[in-house]
Amino acid sequence: MSIIAYIESSNREPKKSAYEVISYAKNISEQLSAELIVVAINVDKTNEISNYGPDKIIVVNNQSIKNFNPKIYAEVIYQICIKNSTNHVILGGGADSKFLAPILSIKLDAGYVSNVVGAPSNYEPFTVKRTSFSNKSFCDVSISSKNKIISISSNSFEKKKIRSNPEIIEFDAEIPDSKITQASVDLSKGNISIADADIVVSAGRGMKGPENWHLIENLASTLNAATACSKPVSDLGWRPHSEHVGQTGKPVATNLYIAIGISGAIQHLAGVSSSKVKVVINNDPEAPFFKAADYGIVGDAFEVVPKLNEKLKAFKAENN
Amino acid sequence: MKILVCISCVPDTTSKINFTNNDTDFDTNGVQFVINPNDEFGLTRAMWFKEKNNASIDVINVGEQSNETVLRKALAIGADRAIRIDSKAIDSYQVAKNISNFIKEKSYDLIIAGRESIDYNGSMVPGMISEILNINFITNCVSLEINGSNATAKREMEGGIETLTCELPLIIGGQKGLVEESDLKIPNMRGIMQARQKPLDVIAPDQSEFKTKTHKFFKPEDKKEIKMVDPDNLDKLIDLLHNEAKVI
Repeated sequence: MSIIAYIESSNREPKKSAYEVISYAKNISEQLSAELIVVAINVDKTNEISNYGPDKIIVVNNQSIKNFNPKIYAEVIYQICIKNSTNHVILGGGADSKFLAPILSIKLDAGYVSNVVGAPSNYEPFTVKRTSFSNKSFCDVSISSKNKIISISSNSFEKKKIRSNPEIIEFDAEIPDSKITQASVDLSKGNISIADADIVVSAGRGMKGPENWHLIENLASTLNAATACSKPVSDLGWRPHSEHVGQTGKPVATNLYIAIGISGAIQHLAGVSSSKVKVVINNDPEAPFFKAADYGIVGDAFEVVPKLNEKLKAFKAENN
Repeated sequence: MKILVCISCVPDTTSKINFTNNDTDFDTNGVQFVINPNDEFGLTRAMWFKEKNNASIDVINVGEQSNETVLRKALAIGADRAIRIDSKAIDSYQVAKNISNFIKEKSYDLIIAGRESIDYNGSMVPGMISEILNINFITNCVSLEINGSNATAKREMEGGIETLTCELPLIIGGQKGLVEESDLKIPNMRGIMQARQKPLDVIAPDQSEFKTKTHKFFKPEDKKEIKMVDPDNLDKLIDLLHNEAKVI
């Protein structure tokens, strides 16, 4: 029996989320005395993976699958599962993992639970906690099938270093033909994506117009943060849809979420509720967001934000 | 062109979420159900194909009779026919299996579902259908054009957008961007009247196997009291974030 931790990569390195996924799978492998296999597609640097305790690392390097393709990646993982008698596959909550997981679940005839936020609370039946109703609640879900797939939310499980000396195996997968062609890719320039960021600086209609966004971008740049926005701001076209945070936009599960000029509609609060620490800057002391935040400042964003930026710059200069 | 739009019936986004039956069921008391927002963007895009390419639109839902109000709304927006598979939705696998069984014998060119529903947020059903029926699948889809038997779609990925091309049939997981918020249609009186005459077929579920089961719901713990910081004392905020919250 084995457990597979599938990790996403970018630029041939594991993504940050990888170590959370491996730690989650390591915990299950210890409970079930099963072998832990990390599966990495298009990854050269595997050193850091060994710090999280896998028994094996299976790497698949094939020029024909350098672009992510959910059907092909699911097929490759499926072949590895069959070869290693895998019953549990653990993935992260990234867009690519969640793209391929439902496909893999049909191949493996597996029960699949997404958005999982904690270690299994029970193994008979196998039960995990996940978020539901767009982060407004949680629920316990059990899986009754023999094969199981778990996709964990980012920032929901503590990474744990356990040094191991894994065997590294190159897997020669049979790659099926792709029926979908990538015509072009438009990467957002120089920005940190919301999914990868430790800190997100987000702003709403209180910024009065897109021409004032340099204040937000400057603060984000000081904090090495991603920028985000509220729904009205993306609906008005001030910012791209990809920055829209909330129930119908992106969920944010980051360490620090700074909301500037966002009143805090229930849909927005749901989208950011998994973030650890929330700071609100708003000139309206009655803004609902103050009820959902950890730290608050009642003040004019146009005065507070530049001042805060200067002070943070000084702080960063001192502490680096 | 034949289009099928998969519809989830979900609580309105402003709903307060409460549970009943010892926290094992969602409390529908006083809750208004709507077309899942991601599905509504897809339905609205389908309407565009109906007007431009003379496409026909069927909508499908797996659920109980109470969902018919929401299906009637989809008909009032402009779908031609609604299908309800008469079964309580237990998990995504059961829903995907039943919809796949329905699709199998039909010749839909395009199947539109949402990226995720806003109640269970599984992001599973369209991907599962695509694998059960072995058809092309693109999720997080923010743009879709059809030209003859070819589709060009844009997918939001982490850090950018990719443009993908493939042949029909195709199933997508749609989201905002397929159409804009301002393109969403509120049914007019004529649409509502017409919807009453349109077919709403109820069919028996083909099978009821499920693989996962939700046992108990929890509400998040109450937030601890907020700490207010004077806008003239921003050093205090930096101190709290550094020493207390340890996030910078």
